[in-house]
Amino acid sequence: MEDPWGTALALFQVWISVLLCLVMLPAMFGLSLGVTGVYIQILVQILEWATLRIQRGRKEKTSVPIPLPNGIIHRDGGSMAQEMLEVRGSRPGGDFTLGDVFYFYKKGMESLVDDQVTQCFSSEELASWNLLTRTNQNFRYISLRLTVIWGVGVFVRYCLLFPLRITLATISFTWLVISTTLVGFLPETSAKHWLSEVAHLMFYRICARGLSATIRYHNKCNRPKKGGICVANHTTPIDIIILANDRCYAMVGQVHGGLMGVIQRSMVRSCPHVWFERTEMKDRNTVTNRLREHVTCEDKLPILIFPEGTCINNTSVMMFKKGSFEIGGTIYPVAIKYDPRFGDAFWNSAKYNMVSYLLRTMTSWAIVVNVWYLPPMTRLEDASQFAQRVKSAIALKGGLIDMAWDGGLKRARVKDSLKEEQQKMYSSMIRKTNSQLIPDLSPNSLLTLDVDIGLIY
Amino acid sequence: MGSRASTLLREEEIEEIKKETGFSHSQITRLYSRFSSLDKGENGTLSREDFQRIPELAINPLGDRIINAFFPESEDQVNFRGFMRTLAHFRPIEDNEKNKDHTASEPLNSRTNKLLFAFRLYDLDRDDKISRDELLQVLRMMVGVNISDEQLGSIADRTIQEADQNGDSSISFNEFIKVLEKVDVEQKMSIRFLH
Repeated sequence: MEDPWGTALALFQVWISVLLCLVMLPAMFGLSLGVTGVYIQILVQILEWATLRIQRGRKEKTSVPIPLPNGIIHRDGGSMAQEMLEVRGSRPGGDFTLGDVFYFYKKGMESLVDDQVTQCFSSEELASWNLLTRTNQNFRYISLRLTVIWGVGVFVRYCLLFPLRITLATISFTWLVISTTLVGFLPETSAKHWLSEVAHLMFYRICARGLSATIRYHNKCNRPKKGGICVANHTTPIDIIILANDRCYAMVGQVHGGLMGVIQRSMVRSCPHVWFERTEMKDRNTVTNRLREHVTCEDKLPILIFPEGTCINNTSVMMFKKGSFEIGGTIYPVAIKYDPRFGDAFWNSAKYNMVSYLLRTMTSWAIVVNVWYLPPMTRLEDASQFAQRVKSAIALKGGLIDMAWDGGLKRARVKDSLKEEQQKMYSSMIRKTNSQLIPDLSPNSLLTLDVDIGLIY
Repeated sequence: MGSRASTLLREEEIEEIKKETGFSHSQITRLYSRFSSLDKGENGTLSREDFQRIPELAINPLGDRIINAFFPESEDQVNFRGFMRTLAHFRPIEDNEKNKDHTASEPLNSRTNKLLFAFRLYDLDRDDKISRDELLQVLRMMVGVNISDEQLGSIADRTIQEADQNGDSSISFNEFIKVLEKVDVEQKMSIRFLH
């Protein structure tokens, strides 16, 4: 009876020490053994083969439906004024006709079938299957070989990668709590700051290894500096790990209880993060002032803020809340783009809670992400226009769609004022006796739902 | 390894919907994924709230009327068949359908049926007449608070005067068709579905 336990213990010890040597030590020095790189290359080969196989299969069996990456319908781009003119034909003046309603009905039906906003809150659809069951929307049985590869993939992901990742995650969190608490005991010297940075960086690096993350940083010369504010588009809580692998940031967030609370308290012992109580969060001025205080202190770490306020599915960038742009200081925009072939990074918080999201991420293939550091920007205009400017720059760099809609629409209803704008525009068309072409109001003038800072966890 | 969405939609159902509405197989499966993504409660039917959740539809001045068109008298849920039947009105008229003889029942997306759909959005009480009040209601929805009651009233009166031929101060369906005979209804009330 002793023997099985003995061997199990011995195996466990070997396992842990292997991990320690191969993962933790390199993480301390920021080196990599290249294992993840090789893994990604093999994966790419397999996925490309799978894509070709599926395409061949589709040609042979024409009954299999093809996913449409361009949407279900083709929208005509006509403005309200143009459409009304066409309906009214040669009638004199710009008066109401019974056919005016057609414009609204058609637009309404089009948005019912395919709208820009709701699709931002669900996972991106892939052009070709990536051998994960969860992304299997419209793909049917193609061949035996494909099914076998998929089966092997399931085994690899659930039985090999998943336990490895869980172990690494546990190690990293334990490391963080212990190391930051220890560093917290030191007096305030530059050595303390350096040690705190090392401790934090190690934590994030182990986490990144744990997710088989391959991160490519571009334009490192534009990396955020101390005393600035870093803004980025938001897809998942893992964004924080991705960004913090390169340098340390001061986190902004709500004080939580439980495990998160323990982590927050230990982190703040070694370097100043900004944690708010629930009650403080409601007062915009308190929040802005505290952040401003932090930013004006030149040798404090840059703050990390996600101005969208919620997770978006990494195909577009939604409206940036102007609160973060009123604090002052230099803004360092960062664009983050995940490669969807290796796993869906988007956290659909309406559908999955944090734990099931983490489990799904840990059983995906990997996380491959490109991070672009953009040149710093300062405010020259009013806050909402500045926010728009930063957002467009990020969208352009990351190859994302620049959307003016508010990310808060994930949970809240759209404001009535937008409907009123449409009504106003139409009224001006029937009040005038001569119909003139009025430029269509794009949603760029939309009012915000809640004018606050952005994402505070 | 079948696709999740269409395993819930049987082949026979797809065939029936195809016959009834004229949509193609792939269009029906695409629209079924859309239906499922709107169905947050995952019970196979949509309620008015599910439609209201679409921001672009919620800000449409006639959004409520459009949503109501999906729900037959006093029901609160619409299933996929009903959804498709209503959407079928907006399918474009294909060339090979234009010259069909009408021995079979008229397709849902014929010009007459499109006009009937629009007529029913005005005529809430289903008495086959658009009364002055019903017209005023729709006008009020479209202009909001920007036009006074008197002005709106005179617009309604003028519209009825021009359309009314039998002098009953309301617009019947035939009078409605006559007013819109020069309008390209096929294009205005059609959505271009991709194949």
